[in-house]
Amino acid sequence: MKIRVLIVDDEEAFVQSLSERLMIRDFHVTTSLNGEDAIRNVKGYNFDVVILDVRMPGMDGVEVLKEIKKIKPLSEVIMLTGQATVESAIEGMKLGAYDFLMKPCETEDLVTKINKAYEKKSEHETRIREAKVNEILTSPRSVLE
Amino acid sequence: MSILGKLKPKFWDYEDVAAGPYKYLFNFRRIWRSAFLFTAGVSLIPLILMIFADYKITQDAIESEIVLRTSGLVSNIRKNIVFFLNERKSALDFVGRDNSFEELNDPSRLAVILENLKKGFGGFSDLGIIDSFGLQRTYVGPYKLERRNYGDQTWFKKIRDRGVYISDVFMGFRQVPHLVVAVMHELPDGTLYVLRGTIDIDRLKELFSELKKNRSSDAFIINRNGILQTSSSHHGKALEKISLPVPGYSPKTEVIEIEAPGGEPLIIGYAYIPDTQFILMFVKQKTEFLEPWFKTRSDLNWILVVSITIILLVILGVGTHLVKKMHEADQRRIMVLHQVEYSNKMASIGRLATGAAHEINNPLAVINEKAGLIKDMFTRGKKYAKNPKLMSLVASILSEVQRCGSITKRLLNFAQHIDVNIQLIDLEKLISDVLSLLGKEPEQRLITVSVNVQEDIPQIESDQGTLQQIFLNLFNYAFEGMGEGGDLKITIKRPEGELVLITFTDNGHGIPRQDLDRIFDPFFSSKAKKIRTGLGLSITYVLVLELGGQIKVESELGKGTSFIIALPINFEGPKNRGETS
Repeated sequence: MKIRVLIVDDEEAFVQSLSERLMIRDFHVTTSLNGEDAIRNVKGYNFDVVILDVRMPGMDGVEVLKEIKKIKPLSEVIMLTGQATVESAIEGMKLGAYDFLMKPCETEDLVTKINKAYEKKSEHETRIREAKVNEILTSPRSVLE
Repeated sequence: MSILGKLKPKFWDYEDVAAGPYKYLFNFRRIWRSAFLFTAGVSLIPLILMIFADYKITQDAIESEIVLRTSGLVSNIRKNIVFFLNERKSALDFVGRDNSFEELNDPSRLAVILENLKKGFGGFSDLGIIDSFGLQRTYVGPYKLERRNYGDQTWFKKIRDRGVYISDVFMGFRQVPHLVVAVMHELPDGTLYVLRGTIDIDRLKELFSELKKNRSSDAFIINRNGILQTSSSHHGKALEKISLPVPGYSPKTEVIEIEAPGGEPLIIGYAYIPDTQFILMFVKQKTEFLEPWFKTRSDLNWILVVSITIILLVILGVGTHLVKKMHEADQRRIMVLHQVEYSNKMASIGRLATGAAHEINNPLAVINEKAGLIKDMFTRGKKYAKNPKLMSLVASILSEVQRCGSITKRLLNFAQHIDVNIQLIDLEKLISDVLSLLGKEPEQRLITVSVNVQEDIPQIESDQGTLQQIFLNLFNYAFEGMGEGGDLKITIKRPEGELVLITFTDNGHGIPRQDLDRIFDPFFSSKAKKIRTGLGLSITYVLVLELGGQIKVESELGKGTSFIIALPINFEGPKNRGETS
């Protein structure tokens, strides 16, 4: 199964090329050009990894991150920053982002990070699943709750 | 250096080159001069005015007292002289009334009378009876003057009009200065006769001998024609013409001031003796009178000179001190201004760098992705895969993008606040760690590095990563500056106060003086020498400030460069970079 990736950036040329390159590398890629659209996408689909630009007009990266973590806590987020505000990237990490990358970034780096993030997510999911199974096994009534 | 040069305060030759149109505000020599002149004027002018007004008043008072005293003295003597002459006159009058004409013409009787007069009054030297024709009928005295005829002499003519006559002093027949007192009597039959007595002027002189006690003062009698009647100590002998002008008539005692022929001022007290030709004169040099006052005044002048000197010295001292303080304060102000200016400059450059880096990074990212896509297409697609030329072109685009990216990242680093992680750090160990990071570079460049650490250097509170970066930058700069071969000396010292000084001294090319101020500017490069700092020193500068320290550079062209970093032992937060965040 392909890893499902959502790219969020206001720079259309960047989004386009990156999505194409990731598709070549066998990712399932969706794109959003702003925060609101990204949130809509996240609500409608389960993405494994979201690549999120920190600075965007309208909702900025950090706000979008907060929303995503509310809607889909299991989706991993990699922050992209093109500027001095490493602080905001760091803040993002504190808010639960998986990692951050400075623009321009090596595509190979990005791919590695996406893969690692996906691994982390799957691990999480596996553990949750196991926990649920255990719960059901110990107290089958909990399924009803 | 001369004593004057040593005394000369620093501000004397100081010129503020940067003051511009407000230069005159910082002309300390002018400030000093006006402060000195103003204070001196305000304190000395009233003092001097007061002193001289007081001198004038005192001198006037003394002079009027001189006049008063002289006039009193002269009045007294005048009274005495008038009394003396009147007494003699009355005595003769009495003799004339007390004796009949016959008795008077009896020489033996007249001799008795003369003897009595001499004993009773004194001053008479002879006595004679002259009839109305001027013939001396009877005479008693030391000279043979019987039968002498005075009929045609002026005095005899005058007495007939007035009845009483006092003559000028004259030599007469006897060649001794004397004066004559004559009284006219009338006999019962109407015929007139004159009783004539001669008076020694010695007796007259005794009257004012008191006045002559002092050697410089002089008292004498003249007649109205200016002929001396008694001899004067300074102005001629008896019967000579006096060398001073005859003062004008006044019924009472007068005091005048005239200039003697020699030029010195004289005080003259004089009085006209009524019914005679006599004028009593009292002459004294004015300086004599004023001498005690002059003495006091010269003492006062000394005090004045000493106090003026003290006042001037105090004003000079205080003024110089204050202006010196002002100058020092101004120097500090300029230093702070320079610092603030520099910090502001760095801050603006930082903001500019951030903005530029951000704006460049986004398009760079796009180029990166586009080129990456092309590369992907080449490597994965079949069509262009075998074209090495195109492959290398794309590869070079990508590598240049990488290069740009690394530059913008460094720019961002330069401007960024990095979370400093404060911990206790052993500087010596840290430096040797950094040296080991450099590996074999010093050896390859034939550079010897020596680290000299003063004893008891404490561990300091600081951020390890930042310090590493700082030292690494300084090592790099020194290595570049020295090229092949050289000595790099590193010392760590602890001066007074809570700080540590780390000095990097190389013996490379050095930095020209005019470039020293700008050495920490980003991308600064000197025209004179191939000094290209790039961002290394600027970042170092900012990092040192972040650690609450200061960095300074000293350099001599051709001899080498020293970077001195002062770091606080206890970290208290970064130094202000002038940022308004």
